[in-house]
Amino acid sequence: MRQPFKQHSVIPGFGVTLGFTVFYLSLLVLIPLSALFLKTATMGWSSFWSVVTDPRVVASYKLTFGASLAGALINAVFGFIVAWTLVRYSFPGKRLVDAMVDLPFALPTAVSGIALTTIYSRNGWVGCWLESAGIHAAFTPLGVGIALTFIGLPFVVRTLQPAIADLDPEYEEAAASLGAGRVQVFLKVIFPGLLPALLTGFALAFARALGEYGSVVFISGNMPMRTEITPLLIISKLEQYDYAGATAIAVVMLVASFAILLAINAIQWRHVRRINGRG
Amino acid sequence: MSIEVQHISKTFGAFAALTDVSLVVPDGELVALLGPSGSGKTTLLRIIAGLEEPDPNPDSGILFHGENVARRGVGQRQVGFVFQHYALFRHMSVFENIAFGLRVRPKNTRPSKEAISAKVHELLRLIQLDNVGNRFPSQLSGGQRQRVALARALAIEPRVLLLDEPFGALDARVRQDLRQWLRKLHDEIHVTSVFVTHDQEEALEVADRVVVMNEGRIEQNGTPEEVFHHPATEFVMQFLGHVNLFRGRIESDHAVFGPWALQNSGSAQDGQEARMFVRPYDLDIHTADDGRPAMKATVTRIQAAGPTAKFELLDENTQPIRVEMPHDRFRAMNIAKGDQVFVSLKDSRVYVEDYVI
Repeated sequence: MRQPFKQHSVIPGFGVTLGFTVFYLSLLVLIPLSALFLKTATMGWSSFWSVVTDPRVVASYKLTFGASLAGALINAVFGFIVAWTLVRYSFPGKRLVDAMVDLPFALPTAVSGIALTTIYSRNGWVGCWLESAGIHAAFTPLGVGIALTFIGLPFVVRTLQPAIADLDPEYEEAAASLGAGRVQVFLKVIFPGLLPALLTGFALAFARALGEYGSVVFISGNMPMRTEITPLLIISKLEQYDYAGATAIAVVMLVASFAILLAINAIQWRHVRRINGRG
Repeated sequence: MSIEVQHISKTFGAFAALTDVSLVVPDGELVALLGPSGSGKTTLLRIIAGLEEPDPNPDSGILFHGENVARRGVGQRQVGFVFQHYALFRHMSVFENIAFGLRVRPKNTRPSKEAISAKVHELLRLIQLDNVGNRFPSQLSGGQRQRVALARALAIEPRVLLLDEPFGALDARVRQDLRQWLRKLHDEIHVTSVFVTHDQEEALEVADRVVVMNEGRIEQNGTPEEVFHHPATEFVMQFLGHVNLFRGRIESDHAVFGPWALQNSGSAQDGQEARMFVRPYDLDIHTADDGRPAMKATVTRIQAAGPTAKFELLDENTQPIRVEMPHDRFRAMNIAKGDQVFVSLKDSRVYVEDYVI
């Protein structure tokens, strides 16, 4: 039987809130984004294709998506540890550390970019150590990865914290009483329980990294084919008044990001459905 | 497998949850730890399981069948622990939950896939849930989850089974059924079991022995009959069912409570205060003074639903008294609210400073 579109509920305001949601999303997201597509459509298919498959642009896709993915993965691992420590243990200065997690949110991205560049450049505090080990951080793809990791950390930590707080230690005790070792408890009980939150945090960090501009342009050095990120190419096209070219690249970014986020969400929905027993 | 707890204390900061508790659970028995919240019963259960460490003390020990397991972790004690809120793994099906304890065994002792599957199906039959193996915990009712939690604990063939408030989160009807089912199950599998409860009815109905706890100590350890009919302390008397309290004192070798005087068989001195506890069904109501020593009282409420008729009375000093009697007697008597009645004594327990008359 088909369910009616409008379901009666004791909680009022379904019509009003749905209407508002659609209106608000249209105003803020859909209309500006459709303008993007409309502008791109002015340039025609063949010129669109030549712009978005230009080797320099393709190299920038690889760097942007690759470094964002690497950053998000690193954040998923270390953000997990940070979140776990902050929720499960108490130690002096915990509140301070907790507040510090938000700094990458709060700092203007240009400031973090300059700070990172100073520290990781050849004669910076960290950079000189890496240099003696033969690793160049600033002005290389590695530097881009560092910047994108830096700005993504709060997303993973902040989404995991409530999930870890919700995870009753009883589950671990139950697993331990059934004879599971520490590693088994983590892999079979804790990790699957936190996977939905971890995926959300990962997706947010990844999405944020894809769009990041300010903190990267300083540390990357912006060398064509090597350390140029896609948002930078869009900006430079805009500076040359090539609006259609800029929106063309933007459309590719948008579609690719949306597809990836949708895929991550799909995995997450499946997992949550299983837990909630509607699968 | 007998359980022996020796001189266990446990403090959380300044709060003493357990004070020098010793207890023996004989092999194959089903024992209830009964007490109000904060009495330390769950802490004791968790210490037996190894989920909590007792305060260090050279005399303390936890013995399973004479073997000290105090130094072993929860995973090495081979205990089946059933949590109050079940703690079923939400991302695993019922089958996977029950199989968990077998699948996490080291490779050399892990049963084969077929053996695990056979074992799980056997347990599913035991808990009468043969066809829910593929469901997830969220798709089960509370009572079903409780039984799955029990099956999961039994899968590792535990030496002792420990249950924390096993029926605490269930509604009254399901509770009744599960209680009887647990008793039946225990009679079948005979694994030494300890369960925690704050419900005296549950403890008295299900357990072979009842251990009544209060403020971190054991008040009494006995069969349900013993703790109910021969409570060792005032606390046990008051905790196991309703009770009327009368205050009096010792006068010329009698404990005197208003119209009632009881022979003092102990060594209490004249003038000492005494407290008498009387169960509601150990009081009798009659409408006319028949010569028996009786207290005058006024009926303030009659509640005739349930297995007995219950009366609330006020005596001449406006102290409330509760009386229960069988329905047929109540109907024959024709008492109404506001009536003046006489209350006489059938049985009682008197406590005078540390000993019982």
